[in-house]
Amino acid sequence: MRATASATLQLPRSRAPLLFGGLLAILMLLIGRSLYLQRIDNGFLQEQGSSRYSRNIEVPAHRGRIVDRNGESLAISTPVKAIWAWPEKVETTPEQLKALADALETPVASLSRKLREGGEFVYLKRPVAPEVAERIAALGIAGVHDETEYWRYYPSGDVMSQVLGFTGDHDVGQEGMELAEQSWLGGKPGTRRVIINRRGEVVEDVASIRAPQEGRDLALALDTRLQYLAFRELKAAVESNKAKAGALVVLDVKSGEILALANWPAYNPNSRTRAARERMRNRALTDVFEPGSTLKPFTIAAALDSGRVTPTSIVDTAPGTLTIGSATIHDAHREGVLTVEQVIQKSSNVGAAKIALSLPPSTMWQTLSDAGFGAPPRTGFPGEVGGRLRPAKSWKPIEQATIAYGHGISVNLVQLARGYTLFATDGELKPVSLLKLDGPVAGRPAIAPETARAVRRMLEMVVAPGGTAPKAQVAGYRVAGKTGTAHKLEGRSYTDRYVSSFVGFAPASNPRLIVAVMIDEPSAGQYYGGSVAAPVFSTVMGSALRMLGVPPDAPLSNAILPPENADIREET
Amino acid sequence: MMLRVNLVLLAILVACALSLVTSRHQARKLFVELEREQTQTRAYDVEYGQLQIEQSTWAMPARVERIAREHLRMELPAAGRVEVIDGTPR
Repeated sequence: MRATASATLQLPRSRAPLLFGGLLAILMLLIGRSLYLQRIDNGFLQEQGSSRYSRNIEVPAHRGRIVDRNGESLAISTPVKAIWAWPEKVETTPEQLKALADALETPVASLSRKLREGGEFVYLKRPVAPEVAERIAALGIAGVHDETEYWRYYPSGDVMSQVLGFTGDHDVGQEGMELAEQSWLGGKPGTRRVIINRRGEVVEDVASIRAPQEGRDLALALDTRLQYLAFRELKAAVESNKAKAGALVVLDVKSGEILALANWPAYNPNSRTRAARERMRNRALTDVFEPGSTLKPFTIAAALDSGRVTPTSIVDTAPGTLTIGSATIHDAHREGVLTVEQVIQKSSNVGAAKIALSLPPSTMWQTLSDAGFGAPPRTGFPGEVGGRLRPAKSWKPIEQATIAYGHGISVNLVQLARGYTLFATDGELKPVSLLKLDGPVAGRPAIAPETARAVRRMLEMVVAPGGTAPKAQVAGYRVAGKTGTAHKLEGRSYTDRYVSSFVGFAPASNPRLIVAVMIDEPSAGQYYGGSVAAPVFSTVMGSALRMLGVPPDAPLSNAILPPENADIREET
Repeated sequence: MMLRVNLVLLAILVACALSLVTSRHQARKLFVELEREQTQTRAYDVEYGQLQIEQSTWAMPARVERIAREHLRMELPAAGRVEVIDGTPR
């Protein structure tokens, strides 16, 4: 009975365990391999896996706007599209490729080369108008996408180009306030990791790697309407006087805010082809010039403050020249005996020099330094300069005499305008600001209030008949100011080219605005500050006061109009 | 007895698993919707920025003045034609 059972196939005893062992070994091998891939050498596969479903996406942050004091937009970043592709995912029919190339305005050949050689990610074109991007999206080509990026636009064009500056790649400030306030304006793009589906759509947020930080808006002190007015008048004056360049500053007396800052020549910041450096310079802050007679009020203020003279003290300017060592100072008109007031009104170089020489150099230096000369005005504008005011110890008498009427000292236009806050207020030097402030700011007392008021009266006489600038008058307002006509210094010698300037404020009874005008090398015949710069002052000041609704303070019957052919008397 | 408990637990497990699947699906759908709305927000942002540029460009004093002068034939009165009056109440 057992024998029948043994008739079944008799396998070798060792065969089953051997087979079992073999299979087990293979199984162990597989388990081992999978453990190895899962636990130990898992980086490569995980990377491969996640690259198929997750991506790091940049979250753009836009740059803040620049607005004027009334909230008018001066610089705005707007998203434009960038067209990009994943070459490995792009599947196109020849027609689609042709349509895509047409939309991008590139030849088909260069497009297909880009797609062939692009790797994982390639920009096809940037920036692209949103409409074009929509047309491309409508083609529905897999793997071709668009992305938003930011482009800067300046609606005001060349009107305030030098103040605003411009941005470069990735919307980063390169010039002007765009550069100065980069950290305030600039947005920081964030990154997030997302899971995408087979069609390339984002289906899940995995993590925010870096949160985007939006740029903040920047309010400038500028008033667009005043700025335009200043720019228009300056441009007209530079062109009609065939001048090389010009600059104009409008300052708020109470707050020290720069309400307008115009430069000509200018450039259009919207054009991406770069303008000449010459046109980009903000001359009012980055260029210095010898101010000429516009500096005389400070000399007189120093003398009045020291108590050595009074407004009615007598100065003998005859015979119209003054020789110091080997140098001689000239007056353009022989005036004879003048009061201190008349030295300002008639702008006598000899008179100013004689008054200056009666003072110790350190007294004069102190007043000029307190008026903000020789140090940058600290507006924060990139590249602003402070001009040159040499230490009093090194002054020779001739230098002291020439500094008295604005030669041998250099200033920029904003500094000069700020200096006049001494006379527009009761002797305080106000800090200037390119950014909008909330209200009046305290100044630093520089000269005595009586001195400031006395000089203010003298400056009013300049504009009155008999002064050097009747053309600076503004109907309905009392105006005070001073002309300047300075020979330009080339190398070490003075040339017959001029810088004509006028700095003044109004209404004289309670000054609100300071306007400073500088015209570089007028060459159409006229070059006196009283005939080149004063009319610009008059137009800008008049319109600005009316725009701001400042009540007229001039006696109503006294709306004198400057005679068309007024005798312009000016010292150089 | 033990078997019944196990069956109940199994049923609960299946139910949980299914609800996980549905809620996961729901979450994805909502997320896609959120993405779409965010895209829409960005689109409105784009439009707002463009409108701001447009508004500023139209409102630039240079253009306003040109239209006033050329189209509406307005002009600044010459100084001689301006009368300054005293506006202070008496």
